[in-house]
Amino acid sequence: MADTLTLDQKEARSAARRHFSSRFLIYGLLGIFSLIYLLPLFVVFFNSFRSLPEIAQNGLIAFPKSFTLDAWIAAWGSYCVNGRCEGMAQNFWNSVYLTIPATLISTLLGALNGYILSKWRFKGSELIFTFMLFGVFMPGQIALMPWAYILGTTGLNKTIWGLVLVHVVQGISFTTLFCRNFYVNIPDDLIKAARIDGAGFWRIFYKIILPLSPPILIVTVIWQFTGIWNEFLYGVVLTTGKNQPVTAAIVAFASNGQNVREYDVMSAGVLIGALPPLLVYFFGGKYFVRGLTQGAIK
Amino acid sequence: MAELTIKDVRKSFGAVEVLKGINLDVRTGEFIALVGPSGCGKSTLLAIIAGLEKASSGTISIGRRVVSNVAPKDRDIAMVFQSYALYPTMTVRENMMFGMEARGVPVELREAALKRVSSLLQIDQLLKRKPGQLSGGQRQRVAMGRALVRDPKLFLFDEPLSNLDAKLRVEMRAEIKKLHQQIGKTTVYVTHDQVEAMTLSSRIAVLNKGELQQFDEPQTIYDHPANMFVAGFMGSPAMNFLKGRLKGKGTTQQIVLAEGSADETTLKLSRGVAAVDGTGVIVGIRPEHFTQALPKAANIINAIVTLVEPTGSETHVAARFGATEVTAKFFPKQAPKLGEAVKLAVDMDRVCLFDAETETALA
Repeated sequence: MADTLTLDQKEARSAARRHFSSRFLIYGLLGIFSLIYLLPLFVVFFNSFRSLPEIAQNGLIAFPKSFTLDAWIAAWGSYCVNGRCEGMAQNFWNSVYLTIPATLISTLLGALNGYILSKWRFKGSELIFTFMLFGVFMPGQIALMPWAYILGTTGLNKTIWGLVLVHVVQGISFTTLFCRNFYVNIPDDLIKAARIDGAGFWRIFYKIILPLSPPILIVTVIWQFTGIWNEFLYGVVLTTGKNQPVTAAIVAFASNGQNVREYDVMSAGVLIGALPPLLVYFFGGKYFVRGLTQGAIK
Repeated sequence: MAELTIKDVRKSFGAVEVLKGINLDVRTGEFIALVGPSGCGKSTLLAIIAGLEKASSGTISIGRRVVSNVAPKDRDIAMVFQSYALYPTMTVRENMMFGMEARGVPVELREAALKRVSSLLQIDQLLKRKPGQLSGGQRQRVAMGRALVRDPKLFLFDEPLSNLDAKLRVEMRAEIKKLHQQIGKTTVYVTHDQVEAMTLSSRIAVLNKGELQQFDEPQTIYDHPANMFVAGFMGSPAMNFLKGRLKGKGTTQQIVLAEGSADETTLKLSRGVAAVDGTGVIVGIRPEHFTQALPKAANIINAIVTLVEPTGSETHVAARFGATEVTAKFFPKQAPKLGEAVKLAVDMDRVCLFDAETETALA
């Protein structure tokens, strides 16, 4: 008996084998797909460290045979676009100064809207919410002309603050939707108890609602940050030259009217432009998924 | 003096009228239970007393002040919720301090109140914990503590024990009663559990379909229910209702049950009622008012046992009498067996009589 396997053991072994091979298949496929998806990033990443002559010699898609940081330095500070040789540093900081306030303001307004639309309902509040939802489905191009007009008449034309205003307003429907749907799950009894305890609208907001909000605020901040940072249309239409955000600068790099395509500098520029959202998602991604899937607060 | 006066309060949600003119006077220090089946309007009435809902018409007065248009925080009330509604991100201490903080109570007074209440409820050792780290009973205690620190005129409880398991519920019930005996605050307590209402309150208000059915002391409600709804709602197992017809006048009044059938039975009334000969009546008999009949006893119902339910301290016996089933309570040793024919003697001094049409008690 000791040498031969019992029927149970045999079955267990074949089950383990089946389990292993199905796992292998799943992870193998996932690996292949992610490789395909990441391939362009690898190409861009490698090219940003290759020298231009080497790229010309060996082609765009090849393993690097040289290493230099020149492209990064040029893209950041000295590359010439339309006769202006300042690289993209200024545009990068424009995006920082634009994205941070626009993200914070739109998130806070969304939280406040969500709080009102879920916990202080009034006649017509559902209707207002429905109208705000239109903003979620509305393509940005539709609002382009009105914004150009508004910024023109208010004197905010071609300024960073003009873009901040645009992104705050455009973002409110999303942030409101996120927060409102999260707050709906907070028990109303908490609000009633606080009202009897003597707390008013604002005290309930910052003492009870906000402390419960981190999961959804993280989602909203990441969503807004990446959305506003990557936005191109408003940036390129509503601002010019030195005031443009980084996305506009990258496109200017690519469409620069020169004979030689400087793939190394373009690659470095793309990576500089992509770095902040990547970092945000790298550090916050875990909370993003958790916040999106988290249910009601108990 | 009346601490809480509810005067002709009505409430409609759209076309649905959930409260149809409620009048209640609660005296200082009383413990009032609002009891009724779900949907009877008791929780709505409590929310109106608290100011969380606005009455469609009528007035609420607390003390001598009409508070119908006063905000909840200015009504001098405290409330314990069914869900406890403890602030999840705050510690027990912060939960209890929140109300005083919002009202700007001086810090020394806050600390004193916290100390007094936490030792009264024995929650001193929980002060640093968050609600998520507490058991059901502890949460319940903290919720009461949060209400107590404020020292309000009026206490409101909204089904505070219904989230607890059976054993804990009985324990907390006793604690609430002791607490009320200690501090003597006027209390309005909403429950759907008639045992809670009976054990806790000095007076019970029974509601059904938005109307006040009866408002009286627990024993009066139990012994002399105003109508068939109250009679059936209060008491477990429920009161037996038998259809009959009134015969005779004055001191010779009697009731004929199952008239014209093989089971026809006559019960002699021990007190006269003001209803005419031939009136259709419903006889209400509580399960404990049946006894196993001695030979020659009068007022006997002959029935066949269909179900025997021992509870340990007593045994509930269901038996078929004519077309209806009656339930009787027995001492376990005297309980009949399944299928046995029993003679049930009715305690005629304690039966209730209702008009078969209006379902109200006959005086």
